[in-house]
Amino acid sequence: MSEEKKKCSIVVFSGDMDRVMGAFIIATTAAAMDMETTMFFTFWGLQAIKKKTGTGKSFFGRMLSMFLKDIDGIGPSKMNFGGMGRWMFKKMMKAQNVTTLPELRQMAIDLDVKLLACQMSMEVMEIDKEDLIDEVEDAVGAATFIAEAQDSDIQLFI
Amino acid sequence: MSEYTPARTLDAKGLKCPMPVVKTKKEIAKIAVGEILEVLATDPGSMADITAWAKSTGNELLEAKKEEGVFKFYIRRTA
Repeated sequence: MSEEKKKCSIVVFSGDMDRVMGAFIIATTAAAMDMETTMFFTFWGLQAIKKKTGTGKSFFGRMLSMFLKDIDGIGPSKMNFGGMGRWMFKKMMKAQNVTTLPELRQMAIDLDVKLLACQMSMEVMEIDKEDLIDEVEDAVGAATFIAEAQDSDIQLFI
Repeated sequence: MSEYTPARTLDAKGLKCPMPVVKTKKEIAKIAVGEILEVLATDPGSMADITAWAKSTGNELLEAKKEEGVFKFYIRRTA
């Protein structure tokens, strides 16, 4: 049908559970609709592809690490109340049989969604490539994202 | 009761967005071009979503109907 695949590029800047959920729902759907899909994780968004490990070497780096979560630990943008909101939303989503965030991420990986990490924010936040899940293809800069986004049919910043 | 003979059936009942579409994509890869996939879903959004998915992937949606609270789709794999 299509000679060349359509493309979808998504920047995931947010580390909020709800926003990251939106990002993965769109990414998996785009991939299921035969789009070549790329997700570029930067700043707080890096938590969505981070292992559940401590990070950082400097004092600030290690301090920041205490506030960084993994995909299962991030809370909603509103009403988190120190983790209560995350717990409540997880319960409510489970009651509705909504796919969980870790499952959505795995689904994205299975559908060949390309996961890229922002090199610069990794350095600032003292997050190494080894701190990220193995499926992350590469750590790259903004130009790589722009090059992808330039010939994409959908570009989103979440 | 259907006039179609599906090569495979995907039971997506109880699944919420985006899973009916994502699973449909995975299941259709398991049948041969020209064969028919039957999809059963209860997500009210699936009527619009599976239709949109078929349109954009180029697979042929032969029929979409609601029977006893279940949405049924018959999709012919085209490529």
